This record gives sequence, structure tokens and C-alpha cells, in this order.
Amino acid sequence: MDGQGQIVIEGVNHTYRPPRGRAVLALSNISLEIRPREFLALLGPSGCGKSTLLYLVGGFLPIERGRILVEGKPVAKPGPDRGIVFQHFALFPWKSVRANILYGLERQGLPRPEREKRAQAFIDMVGLRGFEDSYPSQLSGGMKQRAAIARTLAIDPSILLMDEPFGALDAQTRSLMQTELLKIWQRSPKTVIFVTHDVQEAVYLAERVAVMSARPGRVKAIVETKFPNRDPSILRTKEFAEKVDELWNMVRDEAIKAQEITGS
Amino acid sequence: MTSGVLKAVIRYLPIVILAIAWEVIARLNLVDSLALPPLSKVAAAWVELMRDGELVDNGASSLYRGAMGLLLAVAVGGGLGMAMARWRILDMFINPLVELFYPLPKSALIPVTVLWLGFGDGSKILLIFLGCMIPVTIGAYNGARGSDHALVWSARSMGAGSLRMIWDVVVPSALPELLNGVRTALALAFILLVSSELIVSQKGFGYLIGYLGSTGSYEGMYAVVLTVAFLGFGADRLYQLLIQRLLRWRE
Repeated sequence: MDGQGQIVIEGVNHTYRPPRGRAVLALSNISLEIRPREFLALLGPSGCGKSTLLYLVGGFLPIERGRILVEGKPVAKPGPDRGIVFQHFALFPWKSVRANILYGLERQGLPRPEREKRAQAFIDMVGLRGFEDSYPSQLSGGMKQRAAIARTLAIDPSILLMDEPFGALDAQTRSLMQTELLKIWQRSPKTVIFVTHDVQEAVYLAERVAVMSARPGRVKAIVETKFPNRDPSILRTKEFAEKVDELWNMVRDEAIKAQEITGS
Repeated sequence: MTSGVLKAVIRYLPIVILAIAWEVIARLNLVDSLALPPLSKVAAAWVELMRDGELVDNGASSLYRGAMGLLLAVAVGGGLGMAMARWRILDMFINPLVELFYPLPKSALIPVTVLWLGFGDGSKILLIFLGCMIPVTIGAYNGARGSDHALVWSARSMGAGSLRMIWDVVVPSALPELLNGVRTALALAFILLVSSELIVSQKGFGYLIGYLGSTGSYEGMYAVVLTVAFLGFGADRLYQLLIQRLLRWRE
């Protein structure tokens, strides 16, 4: 049941229309291809539209121009083939950890015993045994994100969309979660699109990094970031540092431009 | 447990002090005993009213009117508020009406509802329904508007259709504000109930207060006023417990 997902993004534009004020071109002519079981990072300064691009792939926003194909079919609406993990977890606050994880399985119409078994397996996998009956408000940030990741993985999407999933966590938790995510991904590879503005995170996690420019968002460069292995020890190697530097330089220019545009 | 009881005693001590002061002031004839009969006589009148069934009969009729009006308001107002939050057209159409109706003292509608539905239960239920609908609608509207995009999208991406999503995400998101609106409505229901019965009715707490007052049975009148006060207080406490239970997922 492992993912066969392949995503093709062709000439996609997106205009952000605030309720008041003028429309802003958020994404301009984006083309990108993501191979099955690839881990791709979308890297760019805040406001470059990288999350918007992710939401378009998720089918949460209408596509105005261009098209996005998932496994050859145009994206029209959200679906369980594309699981999403948000920065602020988006757990249902009125449901316990277990009920949150069961939710997607119920929507998928799995028989009850199988649902329960599967939910427990994913609770165990992310190390939340003993917290099944806790509400999200009773968990730490890291535990909330573990629960959210378990909820998304439980419905076995072939594509995983991650919107700055570790952005709200403290530095230690973030680095632990990164390593854990890699372990999960290596065990059952899925196509991952990982949005981040953290250069080191992108280089460490992804096999390829798409660097995005400031408003309007464009794909400025695509950089291979594949290393022979992905355990945390590579963080201290020279190759890793050089890759981070290379990408940092690209992002820095864009971040400066983005600041000039916002006038801050 | 004992500390809980102690806390409750300390909390309601002012009421006990007030009751004692009332009794003492009345017994010492510090005020006209017609205007303020001693609390003990009021209690005796209460027992009398209970025994001859006056209080129960009128109370049952009042509670029926109040409950019906409030339930209708919660059902219609809750649905309307959430629908307004979801559909812009409805919002544009209804919102000005809510704004217009909001500051209107609802008791001004008492003669209007009587004109439409007569002196019986119908006019009271309609008045309570109209008055209580406002805070419920506003609560549901604000609550549903505040529902988090990421929650809606999460539900959709896990396979929830749009109706399913409304029930699973929008309704529970709206619940805290909706329940607050209902609390306001609960208090309002008592106000509208008694004032409408006081003015035009042949039954109910308000009628009984007015009747006893106009026939000079002031002890009985005070007994009914206190009964309504305690019922209102009890209803609010019960409602608070219900909220605590429904919203126990919050910190």
C-alpha cells in the first residue's frame, strides 16, 4: 500500500484577494514535478506563497490558472490521498488523541475493530501510549504535532503535505521530530512536500529543495540535497555546511527583497 | 469535600446575612410592615401557596412557556447563526435585521404579541422566542465564523463531505460562544416571562405576583418573587454545570 504518488504542477498562478485592499499576485507561473516517494522541500521567505502552493496541491484553494495533476488526474478538491500536517497541528480540540486519530479512519469507512487496531498502532508509533484519552489542550507542542502526524499517517495517504510542521516547536523538540520524521519516511516512503523557511531543516530532510522567490512567488532554483545517509551526524559534515551556505545565499536575497516589498 | 462545603457556605454567606437582616428589620418595625413583611411570614405564605397548589399550577404554566420559547430560540437561533456564518447572502440579508432588533427593549413587543396570539401561552412563547433568539443567533454566528480554516481543511482532507464537515467542525467550533449566548438567553427568558405575565395573563408567576400584590397579600407576593429568583438562580447553576461538562476539553 505504499505511495505511488506523482505530482505535476504546470504554470500555476494564484492571486490573493483580501476582503479589503487590492489583489496581490501570490504565485506566478509555477511549474514543478515531484517524483513518487520523493522528499521535496519548498523553501522561501515568509510571504512567498509556499504554503499557498501546498494548499493548491491539497485542493483547498481553487486553481485559477495552470493545472496540478496528481497521479495523472487534475486536483479538484481535498482527498485522503493527500494527507496534510499544519504548523499549528489542527487537531480537533474537542476530541481526545484517540478520537482525533480515529476520525479519518471513520470517514474512510473502516470496520470498527480495524479502526481501533490501526489507531492504537499509530499512537504507539509516535510514542503517545498513555495519552490516548488526553485532549490536545493537555499536551505539549511536540506531543500535539506527533498526534497530528499520526492522524494523517493513519489514513495512509500516498502524498504527505507538510506546512511548516515543526515551526511552532522549540529547537530541541524540532530536531528530535525531524529525525523521527525521517525514520518514519524511510520505513514507509511517501511523496512528501515539506514547506519551511528553515534552510538547515530543508537540507537535512529533503532530497531536493525548490527555492522560491519573494512576491510574486516563483521557483527560483531546484537544488539536489541528497546525502549518502541521513542520520544526524551529517549535520556536522563539511558537505552539509556547504549546501546550507549555498541555499542560504539564495534565500537571503529573496528575504531582503521580501522585506523591501512589505516596507518593514 | 469538607473544604468544598466550607467554600460554598462562605460564598453564599451574604445571602444568609441579608435574610437575617430582613427578618430583624421587619420584626423591629424599622420599616412599614406592610411594605416589608418579616421573612418568616413570607416563608409561611410560601408553604400555604404550595399547599393549595397555586404556586405549582402557575409555576408549571410559566415554566412551560419559558422552556418552549427558549428551546425554539436555541434551535432556530443556533441554526440561523451558523447558516449566516456560512452563507454570505444570508448574512447580508439577516445581519441588518439583527442589528435593528438588538437594541429594541423586547418588552415593548408584549402588546404586539398579544395582538397576534391573544392572552394565552402563544403570545408569551413568541415573545420569549423573539427575545432569546438574538443572543443565541449572535453567539452561534460569532462562534461559527471563528472556526479555524485548518480544522475545516483537515476534516475535508480526511474524507468528510461538506455537510459532515459542518456537523463535525463548524458546530463544535461554535459551541463555546453559542453556549454563552444561550446563557444570556436563559436570563432573558425569565425577565420576559414574568414581565409579560405581569401585564397580560391569567396564569403564571407574573400573574400571581400581580394578583397577590393588588389584593394586599404582600407576604404571598414576596414568596412568589423569591421563588422566581431561586428558580432563575438554580437554572443558571445547572446550566453552568452543563457547560462545564460539554466544554471539558478546554483547559
